[in-house]
Amino acid sequence: MNLQNWINDNTYHHSQFWDLKKLVEEKERQNLKISLCLPTLNEEKTIGKEIILFQSELVKRYPLLDEIAVIDSGSQDKTLEVAKNYGADTYLSSDILPHLEPKRGKGENLWKAIYQLTGDIIVYVDADISNIHPRFVYGLIAPLIYRPEVKYVKAFYDRPLAISGNVRVSGGGRVTEILVRPLFSLFFPELTAMIQPLSGEYAVRRDVLEQIAFPVGYGVETSHLIDVYHKFGMEAFAQTDLDKRVHENKPTVDLGKMSFGILQTFLKRTDALDKIHHTGHETLLRQFQVTKTQYEQNLIEIIEDERPPMIEIPEYREKFHKNKVSG
Amino acid sequence: MKTTTDRVSLTDLRDQLRTYKESVLANLVMAGEIPAPTFSEHRRIEFLINRFIESSVSEVSVDDAGNGIGIIKGTGGEQGNGRAILINAHADTVFSEKTDHTLMVGKETISGPGVADNGLGFAVLATLPQILSELDIRFHNDMILLGGVKSLGRGNLDGIRFFLDQSPFDIVAGLCIEGIQLGRLSYQSIGMFRGEITCRVPESYDWSRFGEASAVLTLNEIINKINDIRIPRRPRTGIVMGKIDGGSSFNTLAKEATLGFEVRSESDEVVSSIETTFRNIATEVASKTGDQIELDIFAHRKAGGIPFEHPVVTQARHAMEQLEIEPRLAPSTSELAAFIDHQIPALTLGITTGEQQHNQLESIQIEPIFRGLAQIIGTLISLDQHYKTLQHESAKLD
Repeated sequence: MNLQNWINDNTYHHSQFWDLKKLVEEKERQNLKISLCLPTLNEEKTIGKEIILFQSELVKRYPLLDEIAVIDSGSQDKTLEVAKNYGADTYLSSDILPHLEPKRGKGENLWKAIYQLTGDIIVYVDADISNIHPRFVYGLIAPLIYRPEVKYVKAFYDRPLAISGNVRVSGGGRVTEILVRPLFSLFFPELTAMIQPLSGEYAVRRDVLEQIAFPVGYGVETSHLIDVYHKFGMEAFAQTDLDKRVHENKPTVDLGKMSFGILQTFLKRTDALDKIHHTGHETLLRQFQVTKTQYEQNLIEIIEDERPPMIEIPEYREKFHKNKVSG
Repeated sequence: MKTTTDRVSLTDLRDQLRTYKESVLANLVMAGEIPAPTFSEHRRIEFLINRFIESSVSEVSVDDAGNGIGIIKGTGGEQGNGRAILINAHADTVFSEKTDHTLMVGKETISGPGVADNGLGFAVLATLPQILSELDIRFHNDMILLGGVKSLGRGNLDGIRFFLDQSPFDIVAGLCIEGIQLGRLSYQSIGMFRGEITCRVPESYDWSRFGEASAVLTLNEIINKINDIRIPRRPRTGIVMGKIDGGSSFNTLAKEATLGFEVRSESDEVVSSIETTFRNIATEVASKTGDQIELDIFAHRKAGGIPFEHPVVTQARHAMEQLEIEPRLAPSTSELAAFIDHQIPALTLGITTGEQQHNQLESIQIEPIFRGLAQIIGTLISLDQHYKTLQHESAKLD
């Protein structure tokens, strides 16, 4: 697959979907039901604003969403009270499928949403976004509505139109660039076309969600990409630029925990798919750069060549009067 | 269909308006998070215009000053004689582009820079067409909705002044809406001038005169002299020395220092007299110290307005009474002055309660918004009724 073509054909900017009236008409024509899931844990500062905006703009003004649900992991603050006050359906994760052994983590809430919510499409949006805007939802839903073959739409946050120089590097956060992109470059090169594989906002068709496993912790986004790719191929994906996302930055020590979780999930999948032993020596690292008009993959060849132990070099042995160690 | 001849219960209206909670608050969040310092309001105006278009407001435009305008046509047609009531909310805020404009929505309050002045007023203006249309509230006269630019500080009401200067409409009354405080009833403007005094130590100064050459000291001299100005108790007058800026570090003599001030009085004569005194102080201190002193007066308001008994005030008071809002009469230096200059009776009303105005922690209460909104719509309905039959000439200010 020509990845640049894939990027050109499947990468959107939310402004392409400004015509919400048309979007709602198309949704209604297809008789689709769409649910929004906001997974929460102590988000009282931001949850009210998210619900107000989505209720006003995407339920009442342009009825794109059929339900807004908060699925909470057991917040100690007033998250659920505020959410209920502004009209969201609120659920405690542990109350959904209560006979199952409870697990704590965002992935658990996302998974239980499939059971609890009724939409043909579920859009997941993190509850800690302080610059929330309706684009965070319609930008992800629109490719699913307009393109039946697309099954999973992922958010990324950037803006190639606003750059002042000609080219600049682009991509995800620290964990993406240091861990996930190198791993994908080695084992799943096509998945490197996803500009921000770890972004917490995505819209997915139910018939895909119900077929994939959900790590309950940090690995959920990584596992989704690998599993959907494995089952449906790159054709199932699209991605939308939602501009800027403002949220609290995590300290490096927390990123270490996140990376550890992701690595566990990743290794589990590469093992199950028998990837580790059957992967050749991939030496291309695939990063992103942005030109004024488009995203481009930047292929960097990194060959980790090696020298043998010095003892194997005859000149060395001769100089230091050493014998070659056998075995 | 509900027409203006129907008697509207404002308490019922208040309850109906609660269903617009999400719309008002969403508009507040979306507009309020767009930075709009004076002279850079265009993105907030664009938002307003889009809202007007979405609500099918018949005539929507941006004028040459940058004001956002929407016109809800009255049912009076020719019989309405082209009369109009202007509803104004200024778009600009005192916060710079660099300020984090994130608003926080709590259960009972919303907080963040500019949420009260005038995020909420602007959001209500943006939501009014939707509310009026869905509640089927129609007016005999045209309603002009104006998101005004260049209102604050050095803007000196340039936006609304431009609109009123150029307007082809026969505007019979004006209503200015501000986020806070609910109960505010301003119908008179006080006389005012606002400006800055900047002291500069000239480049040629003899720096060997140890410790004397400081613009801060010169400004201090000016402040003392301003403080010595005798101001009358009646008519009520005040001098606000609101902000000060100068110098660069602890151990460097300040080369420049600036005082921002505003002088207000119920009497134009007193304002004029104090302005003359300010000019004299600047000249006197400049000649005494050898410093350059620049007095820059960039905003003026004339005292004036309508009397307490004016029908426009009476209609507003009546609406407030029905909603059990205690009127707090206070003169204003806001957009009222522009209406007064054009002999148009006008009012300023507040929408809700709030605190910490012009602070990053500025906040407003959500629940009173619906009373404030009912008060505004009720006042508009009454004014519309009043001007439906009134002869044009008697609508003007005395």
